[in-house]
Amino acid sequence: MGKKSLTLLIGILLAAALTLAGCGGGGGSEEKQQGVPGTGGMAAEQVLTYNNGTEPETLDPAKMTGIPEGTVAYALFDGLTRMTAKGLEPAIAKSWDVSEDGLTYTFHLRDAKWSNGDPVTAHDFEFAWKRALDPDTLSEYAYQLYYIKNGQAFNEGKITDPNQVGVKALDEKTLEVTLEAPAPYFLSLTSFYTLFPLHRATVEAHPDDWANSPETLVCNGPFVLDKWEHQAKIELVKNKNYWDADSVKLDKVVLTMVEEESTYLTMWENGELDSIEQPPINDIPRLKQEGKLQIKPYLGVYYYIFNTKKEPFDDVRVRKALALAIDRQAIVEKITKRGEKPALAYVPYGIPDAEPGSDFREIGGDYFKDNDIETAKQLLADAGYPGGKGLPPITILYNTREDHKIIAEAVQEMWKKNLGIENVTLTNQEWQVYLDSRDEGNFHVARAGWIGDYFDPMTFLDMYVSTNLQNDGKWSNAEYDQLIAAAKSTGDQKARMEAMHKAEKILMDEMAIMPIYFYSHAVCEHEYVKDTYWNPLGPPDFKYAWIAKH
Amino acid sequence: MLQYTIRRLLAILVTLLVIATLTFVLMHCIPGGPFASEKELPPPILQNINARYHLDWPLWKQYFDYLAHLARWDLGPSFKYESMTVNDIINNGFPVSATLGGIALGIAVIFGITAGIIASMNQYKWQDNLVMFLATIGFSVPSFILASLFIFVFSYKLGWLPAALWGSPQQVIMPALALSALPTAFIARMVRSTMLEVLAQDYIRTAWAKGLSGGLVVYRHALKNALLPVFSYLGPLTAQILTGSFVVERIFAIPGMGRHFVTSIANRDYTTIMGVTIFYSIILLLANFLVDIAYAYLDPRIKVAGGKE
Repeated sequence: MGKKSLTLLIGILLAAALTLAGCGGGGGSEEKQQGVPGTGGMAAEQVLTYNNGTEPETLDPAKMTGIPEGTVAYALFDGLTRMTAKGLEPAIAKSWDVSEDGLTYTFHLRDAKWSNGDPVTAHDFEFAWKRALDPDTLSEYAYQLYYIKNGQAFNEGKITDPNQVGVKALDEKTLEVTLEAPAPYFLSLTSFYTLFPLHRATVEAHPDDWANSPETLVCNGPFVLDKWEHQAKIELVKNKNYWDADSVKLDKVVLTMVEEESTYLTMWENGELDSIEQPPINDIPRLKQEGKLQIKPYLGVYYYIFNTKKEPFDDVRVRKALALAIDRQAIVEKITKRGEKPALAYVPYGIPDAEPGSDFREIGGDYFKDNDIETAKQLLADAGYPGGKGLPPITILYNTREDHKIIAEAVQEMWKKNLGIENVTLTNQEWQVYLDSRDEGNFHVARAGWIGDYFDPMTFLDMYVSTNLQNDGKWSNAEYDQLIAAAKSTGDQKARMEAMHKAEKILMDEMAIMPIYFYSHAVCEHEYVKDTYWNPLGPPDFKYAWIAKH
Repeated sequence: MLQYTIRRLLAILVTLLVIATLTFVLMHCIPGGPFASEKELPPPILQNINARYHLDWPLWKQYFDYLAHLARWDLGPSFKYESMTVNDIINNGFPVSATLGGIALGIAVIFGITAGIIASMNQYKWQDNLVMFLATIGFSVPSFILASLFIFVFSYKLGWLPAALWGSPQQVIMPALALSALPTAFIARMVRSTMLEVLAQDYIRTAWAKGLSGGLVVYRHALKNALLPVFSYLGPLTAQILTGSFVVERIFAIPGMGRHFVTSIANRDYTTIMGVTIFYSIILLLANFLVDIAYAYLDPRIKVAGGKE
């Protein structure tokens, strides 16, 4: 991430943080989009072709979980708010009030229409959220709504009366949401697809297949579904009934489903595609040299998990020694090459801290030194394995993929060269087998990655609470658990952030996991494509995108 | 003949049942499940999902339930793609794969036989050497390399053809060629060797001695016998090529069904694994059956057991 884009990102987050502060009535929507030139600079044909990678599993926002699905969802729908390059913008909600205790949000909705002309009402939100939480809907991402009062209990079947769930349409245009506990990031969650409104009549008429065809997919966003050729492409056209249709410049968006990296790169270089992401790793140096590669922020971290229930990884000194003996700078420069940053902590850059404009990572800083061989050697000797002698054999587990393999080989080599550890072997397993091994604790050291769900450190930190399902290394620390619980129980951003910084320090002092690098988004987009928003959570947003004359 | 046909069809049904059973058992033996992911689902949500798809039933019950649906050709919903049933996946994908495969098969048969004849008529001359050289390349270069090479040359360098996707005639050329390379080479080699064998037979020498023209000798006397082995190879080849290729479909982003043979297993999409496996088996068994029936007519030496003399 260049300095410029970092500053930009901080700006975005500052804007998000400001809206989070609860100064309701923040209707910035009247403000017109900046930077869109008059029709003079625009190409006559406003069609954008983006390779969305693969067939979406579903287009029902309540049921989707992946990035290809998200891309379509952000094009078809508009939530209460929308994350944009300028920060969190009011969308269907034109303003909102937050109660003193941070538990009650009252959203005031603007006059917006569904693609079939019906008005978008607060009831549509209430219906959609309760539907996502309904156990019968089988929403895998229902837990994105657990912040809402009784959301979890209803989803788990502990209560059966949906009226006890803390979301209520007070009238057509007012939505009241009650939270389980203060969660200042709740506002940014309302821009997430699980929380999109749904057109009740259509969904009730076709409960299982309303999102499968253009005839029944009623939506409220910048585009509508025009064609869905399974495994080939999806075509979207501009939604004439969209409340902010004036801001939408594209007439058509074509989302292709080309999986093979070298094929979509060729298509992009040929001009058959306007925009792609994740070009093949072997082409990165060339693309960089030709100035064709853009690096965008991505809220994710690549790391190794230690199985803290197995010797010798139950010894913090061994874990630290192994973590310190890695040269992360070399890994990101020589292996991954997509502009990643070495991770000397766990929570990635790009998440706002308590102070407006501040970044959680920058305030937290680094928790250890990269490639600190001397300290690593000393720690290993202290643990009783001087020069790696006497250390039981170590296996690095990763899911079968070329880049994981190369990184694992580099780590193996660094441990050997820097610490004298000879008996490190690599094991690769097919994805599902690997997930199973991780779950069952059948590993020594396992590769892992995590992409945030929302803009708050909690999306990373609560995974390492003793009881969390994702905590595959079974690391457990009472003080850590307490700090996370404390941060979850208050709406005071300062206190929350302080608790989370402390928690992260414990996680890193204990080296429960070994961070390697922070992800980045490698994007190739032709110069004539303007104003695509590359959301650091993954899916790009084409609401404001347009094609310049070329 | 009728008795034979009935017996063969019954055998096909039994074979299908065995295949379905083995696939069902094997697929439940491998670790993981359709709803496992790196972001683990809270147990209550997972329980709901398993209950909906009957994954919480004992395996034997799931098995018989599946067979009952299978008997009605109801292959169930795809676990991975909510928007499609397995029947949809096959109904959407098979016509695409079959179109592409049919064209590739046509190329393979026409060019393979022609090249084989030319080579055999010119044994050890340059024509023979050229054909055998090309056949060796077609034989040994994997289709993913050919496919990438085609894209590089014809799309990237020359810009003549679109690199991928499906819908226009131009988009058929490269995948069809990539798909046909191996069978073309195989057929060419096979035709060459059987032709050489046949051409050395006494009756061919007699034909030459009678002063028949080369074309007539080849067409009327040699070719019919030389093509019999090719014909038996066509059964499995047809089944394989019509149901699509994972590699070619992936590289050219073709919405066929070939990719599902691999991806459904990676996704543990149980219903799709079963559906595409059984569908492929049906095509394969039928193709072999038809070849066997046709053989009885083509080759007078073969008599159907139990058939009338």
